[in-house]
Amino acid sequence: MIMTIFVYIYILLLACFLCLYRIGRGPTAPDRTVAIDILGILVVGFCGFLSVLTGRDFYMNVAISWALLSFIGTLALAKYLEGKGFDE
Amino acid sequence: MREMIAFILMGIGVAFNLLGCIGLIRLPDLYNRLQASTKCVTLGTIFIMAGVLVYSGWNGVGIKALLTLVFILITAPTAAHALARGAHKSGVKLWEKSVCDKYEEEKK
Repeated sequence: MIMTIFVYIYILLLACFLCLYRIGRGPTAPDRTVAIDILGILVVGFCGFLSVLTGRDFYMNVAISWALLSFIGTLALAKYLEGKGFDE
Repeated sequence: MREMIAFILMGIGVAFNLLGCIGLIRLPDLYNRLQASTKCVTLGTIFIMAGVLVYSGWNGVGIKALLTLVFILITAPTAAHALARGAHKSGVKLWEKSVCDKYEEEKK
């Protein structure tokens, strides 16, 4: 049963490397921003797997705060791309 | 039995995550990539968190997994919407085979 978790973690790692390919390759800045957003959501799932694998519960705290910070960062980058100030 | 259901849920989630990232690589346009990857990865992470909830039951880990699930369900489409709007306003071109652009017609 524990091998199943390892297989899932390796598949998620492959997905993370696909996102890194798009971050490095993407032609414009919004492409890279999309890939960074997706990478943030993938890391949240990764923290859930680590919590199941090791039996420690602080990985879920990491997942919650990572989701929040990824959302705030993506929203700030979107406002910056739109060309407005942050207070509108 | 409960572990079996949890692993099946996590497997569905991982498959959706991998398909979303393949869409992020393969599709030709920013907007196509945005809709494919955001929807698939959001659904996949929700399934993974539901698997963690079923695996661990109603203790601290399960309640935090439920909280993360609700939070991702609310915030990921919001971030994708803001990002598409910002990219369109900053002048990213659509793919040349796209058939309609309602937001461009709306702005005129």
